[in-house]
Amino acid sequence: MAALYEGYTLCGLAPAQNQSNSGVLGVEAERDSDHVVVTDSTRSVTLYKVSDQKPLSSWTVKQGQTLTCSAVYNPQTKEYVAVSDGKVIRIWKQEHLLLDQAFKATVSADVWRVHCVAGGEPVVLFKRGAVRLLDALLSAPQQPIEEVLAQEESIRWSTNIVTESQQFAIFTTEQKGDHFLYLQRLNPNTLQRYRLEREEPGLSPLSFSASYRDKHIRLLYLYPNGHVYQSVVSERGLVTDEGGQAFPLPRSLLLSLPVGEGLLEAASAQALDEAHIAVVGVPHPSAGSGKDFLCIWNTNFQTLQAGKEIAGKIYGQLWSFWNKLFIPHGKTLSVIPYECPKSSLASALGKMRQVKTEESKAPTSVPSWNNILHEEKALPSRTVETRKTRITRKSQSSSSLTNYQVLELIKTAPVEEVQREVDLLLSRTDIQDLQPSLGQLASTLVSRTLQDPAFYTPSSLAQLVHTRCLCHSVCPDLVLLALERKDYFLCQLCLQFFPDIPEAITCACLKAFISMSDVDAENGSLEPDGVSFMETLIARERGPDGLLNGFSPTSAAEYRSDGLGGGGTRAQQDEEMTSPPPEQICPVGLHKAVLLNEVLQTAYSDSFLLPHLKDLSSQQVVLFLQYLQFLYLKYSQDAFPQTHGLRSPSLSQILDWVCVLLDAHFTVLVMTPEAKGLLVNLHSFVKSQVRLVSELGKIEGSLQELNKMTAKKDVGQYSIEIIELF
Amino acid sequence: MGEFKVHRVRFFDYMPAAIRAMAFNRRTERLALARADGALEIFNFADNYFQEKVIPGQDGRAVEALCWVGRRLFSAGLNGEITEYDLENLRPRYTVEAYGGPIWTISGNDQGTLLAVGCEDGTVKMFEVLEDRIQFQRNLDRQKGRIISLCWHPSASLIAAGMMDMIRIFDVETGRATHRLLVERGVGASKSKEVVVWSIAFLSDHTIISGDSAGKVQIWDGLTGTLARTHLVTKWDVLALSVSQDESSLVAGTSEGTVVQFQFLSSTLDGQNKDWVRTRTFKNHSHDVRALVHTETAVVSGGMDTQLVVRPLLDKVEKNTQESAMRKMAFPHRSLVCCAKKAGLLLFQFPDHLELWRLGESDGHGETTMKFPLPPFQVSKLPKDLRSAHQLCFSTDSSRLFASSINSSVVVVALNQPECKYLHTLKPKSGEAESNLILEPVHLLFASEDGKWLATANTACEVQVYNLDKIKLHCTVPVYGSCPTAIAIHPTSSNLVVVHADQQIFEYSLVQKEYTEWSRRLQKQGLHSLWLERDTPITHVTFNPKHPAHIILHDMFMFCVIDQSLPLPEAKTRLFNQMILRSLPEPMRILHRHAFKMCKTFQNLMCVRLLEDHSLVVVERPLLDIMSQLPAPVRQKRFAT
Repeated sequence: MAALYEGYTLCGLAPAQNQSNSGVLGVEAERDSDHVVVTDSTRSVTLYKVSDQKPLSSWTVKQGQTLTCSAVYNPQTKEYVAVSDGKVIRIWKQEHLLLDQAFKATVSADVWRVHCVAGGEPVVLFKRGAVRLLDALLSAPQQPIEEVLAQEESIRWSTNIVTESQQFAIFTTEQKGDHFLYLQRLNPNTLQRYRLEREEPGLSPLSFSASYRDKHIRLLYLYPNGHVYQSVVSERGLVTDEGGQAFPLPRSLLLSLPVGEGLLEAASAQALDEAHIAVVGVPHPSAGSGKDFLCIWNTNFQTLQAGKEIAGKIYGQLWSFWNKLFIPHGKTLSVIPYECPKSSLASALGKMRQVKTEESKAPTSVPSWNNILHEEKALPSRTVETRKTRITRKSQSSSSLTNYQVLELIKTAPVEEVQREVDLLLSRTDIQDLQPSLGQLASTLVSRTLQDPAFYTPSSLAQLVHTRCLCHSVCPDLVLLALERKDYFLCQLCLQFFPDIPEAITCACLKAFISMSDVDAENGSLEPDGVSFMETLIARERGPDGLLNGFSPTSAAEYRSDGLGGGGTRAQQDEEMTSPPPEQICPVGLHKAVLLNEVLQTAYSDSFLLPHLKDLSSQQVVLFLQYLQFLYLKYSQDAFPQTHGLRSPSLSQILDWVCVLLDAHFTVLVMTPEAKGLLVNLHSFVKSQVRLVSELGKIEGSLQELNKMTAKKDVGQYSIEIIELF
Repeated sequence: MGEFKVHRVRFFDYMPAAIRAMAFNRRTERLALARADGALEIFNFADNYFQEKVIPGQDGRAVEALCWVGRRLFSAGLNGEITEYDLENLRPRYTVEAYGGPIWTISGNDQGTLLAVGCEDGTVKMFEVLEDRIQFQRNLDRQKGRIISLCWHPSASLIAAGMMDMIRIFDVETGRATHRLLVERGVGASKSKEVVVWSIAFLSDHTIISGDSAGKVQIWDGLTGTLARTHLVTKWDVLALSVSQDESSLVAGTSEGTVVQFQFLSSTLDGQNKDWVRTRTFKNHSHDVRALVHTETAVVSGGMDTQLVVRPLLDKVEKNTQESAMRKMAFPHRSLVCCAKKAGLLLFQFPDHLELWRLGESDGHGETTMKFPLPPFQVSKLPKDLRSAHQLCFSTDSSRLFASSINSSVVVVALNQPECKYLHTLKPKSGEAESNLILEPVHLLFASEDGKWLATANTACEVQVYNLDKIKLHCTVPVYGSCPTAIAIHPTSSNLVVVHADQQIFEYSLVQKEYTEWSRRLQKQGLHSLWLERDTPITHVTFNPKHPAHIILHDMFMFCVIDQSLPLPEAKTRLFNQMILRSLPEPMRILHRHAFKMCKTFQNLMCVRLLEDHSLVVVERPLLDIMSQLPAPVRQKRFAT
C-alpha cells in the first residue's frame, strides 16, 4: 500500500492578495534528493535543504523586476537559470551572492519557461512555442525567434523529458477551447502536434503531468469533473508532418475521481509511478465533500491507497521529487514524503498481512535535535538493545550496503556473499522501512536461483518469508522453486505465511507432499510447532472408547460389518482387540503429515481447487483420504486438538477437504477396490454426523418449547378461558 | 373438582385518583387520606390497614390538607373552605369559609384547641375548636406572599409558617412574627424562581425543619433563626416532611418519588452532639410523593402514582415477620363491580358515572361484549330516607332495595310499585340507637337468596342479621376484633360466612345462632400461615349452587374455592398446591387435596363472580395499565444525567 507520511513545513508563503495564487512560481529539483529550489512569484529564488527545513541561499532581483519563470538548476554546470521580466535570462552559481552581478542576457522574444532535467541540457521554451537549447540561444541572444503557435493559441503547461536517446520539450496549448499537445524533439528538431479530445463543453484540463516509461511518453491530465485521462505517445513518433496538422490524441480514462458537489477548481494530479497517482484538491471519498485532501490512488485497481487532509487553501499546485510531494497550501509550502511500493492484488484486496502496525514513520525522517544533542544521554536507557543488533550496527556502519547495492550484488556475487549481505540487510533494525523493497529482493534472489542451478540461499529466503512482508503475487516463482529444490521447510513457511497462494500451486504442493518418499520428507527440519502437534497426535494411544461427537470407532466397525457383510470381519475385529485398528495408525510419516496439515490450512475456493485436484492419482487420493480419516478419528476421539494453541487444522477444514476430495474423485474411488473400506468408513462418519445433528435438532426443538412456555401471552381486553381446579 | 369457564374481563378502566394529603391519628391509629378527586378514605392501621370508610369526593372540593383534632377530622382546600367530616355517616358535617383565598395548609395544636390555616393572602388564621363547630378567632400578622405550610410548636405558643423564599415564626400569643428565616433559592436557572417551602416541621427543641422546591431539607435553629444544616436531597422539590413522634427520625418525600430518611444521631458512639444525618432512601413511587406520615414503625407515603405504600422501618419491627413486609395498597378494599348473575351483566362503578356491560356468549369464537350506554336516568320521588345511602343491596327477586343509612340503620324500600316506596328502617338495636354514643356506618349488606335474611356489617366490627319476614333483628354475631371485609349467607343452609380484615373466616349458623362445626374446626386448627400472610382483604364471598360445600372468595391476587367437605390444610402442607395436583395422576390427587383451592392465574382482581351458568367472571385491572395512564413523572432518572 502506498503511504503518505507525516508532512512538515518547508517554508512559509506570502500568497498574493487575491489568494488565488500560492505565491510559488515553481519548485525545482536541485543537486540531490535533499535540495530544492523554490521560486516565488515575485522576486526571489531560495535554495532549501529539505530535511533541515532550512534555506541555504537566497537570491533576489531588483525592485521593479520580476521573475517570470521558476529558476532551474543545471547539474552539469552547477548553475541556476532564471528569467526575469520575460526576456532577461539570468545565470548564476551558488557562490554568487547578488543576482545583479550574475550573467544576464536579453533575448528577442518572451520566454515561457526554462526547463532542465538531470541528463539533459537546459531548454528554453518561448511564449510563442519556439524551443531552443540554452547554449544555442546564448551564443546569439538576439537571434530571431519564430512563432509556432497560431494567433489565439497560448501555452498552458510545459515540461521537459530526457529519454535514452532524445530530449523532448512537451507543452500543451489552448486555442478557443481546444487543447493541443506539442511534442518537440531536440536534435534533430521535429515537432508533433496533437489535438486533445474534448471533454464536456467548457471543461479544460486542470493539470498535466508527463512521464516517460517503456519508450513511451505518458501524459496524465485531470479535468474538473474528476476524470483523469492518460494519453500515450510513442517516443519514436509518427512521420513528422510539417503541415502543422494536429493528430487526434487517443486517451484512456484512468480514474474517475469522486468530486463531491460541483466541479473541481484547484486540483492537480501527478503520476508517481506506473500505477500510482497523487491528487490534491479532491474530496476524500469517505470524508464528505471537503476538497482539501491529498490522495494517492492506484490506477490499476482503482483503489484509494492513502489520503491526507491538507489544512488551508489549496492552490492546485503539486510537485513531486524523490518520493516527496511539495504542496503549497494556506500560507505554507509543505513537504509530504510518500511511498508507493509495488502493488500486488493481495495487498490491494487487503489480504496481505500488514506488519506495519505502528504509526507510519517517514523513511527519511526529520532528525530530532533532541536525539542529536542528547544521544549520549539517551543511550543508556536503551540497554535493552541486544548485542546482536549492536554488532549489526557496527557491521552496518562498516559495510553499510544500500538496498540497491545488495540487489546488484545478488545478480552476480557468490552464494556465501549474497547470503551474508542479505542477512545483514535483514538484521537491520529498520526492517519495517525495507518492506517495499523486500519483494524486489526476494524476486531477484528467485530469478538468480532459477537461472543458476548452483545458486540457492535457503536461509535467506526463509528469513525473507519469515518477515511476513512477502506474498505469492510478489514473487510468484518462490513456492515452485522451493518444491523443485525440495526445500520443504521453505514450502511450509510459504504455505503458512502467504495469504494468496493460487489453488494450482496448493495442489502442486499437495501432490509433491503425498508422492515424496519418506526419506526425503524426514530430511531437513520443519517448523517445530506443527511437528510437535503431529507428534502428540500420533503418540497418543487409542483413547477410551468414549462416544464422542456421536461417533465411536466400535460403532464404526459395526457399521462396516453391516455394510460389507463379509465373513472376514470377525477375524479383523479380533485383531482390533489387540492392536489399534488400521485407521488409528497414521498412514504417512511425521514430516509428511506436518506438510499435509499445512496444505489443509491454506485458503482455497472449491471451484478453483476441484479441477486441479483431479490431477491426483487414485493411489494418492486414497492415501490422502486415509490420512484425513486418521485425523478425523483422532479429533473425534477426544476433545483435545484445538486446545493446544499449536498450529493445527480444524475439524471443519479436515471435513471440507474430505468433501472436496470425494467430489473430485468419487467415480474413480468407487471403482478402486482398496478404497472401498475407506468409503464405507467415511459413510459411517456421515451417518454419525447426521445422527448427531438430528439429536441436536431434537434438543433445539425441546428447548424452543421451553421458550414458548415461558413466553407470556398477551391477554386482550376480553377473553374466555378454561381453567381447571383440582 | 372441575373445570371453569372464565370470562376474563380487562375493560374496566378503573383509575384511582392521586393521593393529595394524609393525616395520621396516633391515638386511634387511623390514617385519613385525601385524593385528588376530593374523596376521603380512612384506613385502620390497627386492623391490617383495612380501608374502613370512604367518603366520596365532590366537584370543586379538592382537599389540600388534612388535620385530626382528637377524633375529629378537618380538611382545607383551595376553595378556601374548612370542612369537618361526619365519620359516622360518611359525609361532610359542615363547611366554614376562611375568607383568605385558597387555603394551602391546616394544622391543629397538640392541645386540640386551635386550628391554624395558611391562606393565599398571606394570613395565618386561627380557629377555635368548639364542641360542635369551629369559630374564627383571629389573624396572625399578615405577610406578603402565601402561606404554604404550617407547623405548631408542641407548646402551642409558637407556630412556624413556610412561605415563598422564607419561613416565619409567629408568636401565637401576640400574633407577631418573631423570626424571618430566608431560604436560599436553587442554583443555576432556578435562581430566578422563588423557592417554595412546601413543608415544615417544628420540633420541641425549637428546631425547625423545612423542605423546599429547591430540593433542600434544611435544619434551622428556631431560637436564633439561623440555618444549622442543609441537605440537598433532590434536584426537584421536597414536597412533604414528617417527623416521628419521638422526634428522632424524619422523612422527606420528593418529586422523584423517593422518600429520604434522616435520623437524629450522634456522630460519635457516646457523643452528646447529635445531628440530623441522612440515613436511608426509599424508592417506592414512580411519581411525586405528595403526602407522608411517619408512624411508630413505618413510613407511609402516597402521591401521584395513587398507591398508598406502608414501608416498615426495619429497625423498628421484627425482621421477616408479616409486620416487616412492605404493603402497597392500590385498589379499594371493597367491590366496585356488580354482577347480574342471570343476565350476565357487569356494572362498573366510577366516581361520577357507571358502566354497564354485557358478557359475551361462549360460542367458541364469538367473544363479544357490549357496552350499554346507560341513559342518564333519574328516579323521581326517592323516599326522603334514601337520600343518604352508602351501601345498596337488592333482594334476589328485585322487589326490595336495602340501603345503609345514617345511624347504622338500613332503609328498606319496595320496588315493585311504579315508584319506590319507603317501607321501614331496620335499626341495630331497636330503641337503643339513641343511647349508643358512636354508631359506625354499615359498610356491608347481604340479602339472602330466599329473601328471609339481611346481614349487615359495620366498621365497629358488628355483624347483625335481620329477619326480613318479621322485620326485626334476628341475631348479632359475636363481635370479633377485626373488621368484616365480606359477608354472605349460604342460599340453602342459611349459614352466614364472614371474612375479616385479619383474614379469619367464620361460618355462623343463623338457625342455631352459633358457629358451625366447620367454623369451629377451622378455628381450632387455625388457618394456614400463608393464608394469614396475604396482604389484601377478601372483598367478596359467594357460593356455588351446584356444590353447596363450596365457598368462593377472592382478594386482589387470587381467588379461592373452599371445599368444606375436604380436610383443612395443616400447617406443614403446601397451601398453593394446584400445580402439584395438576402433575399428579388422578388417584394420587385425592391424597394431597385440601379444602383451599387457590388460583393465582388472574392478578389484580377487582371482582370474581359465579354466573348462573357456572362460568366465572373475572375482572382484572392490571397495575401496568393504571401506570400507563398516569402523567409522565417529573424526572426519569437515567444514567449519566
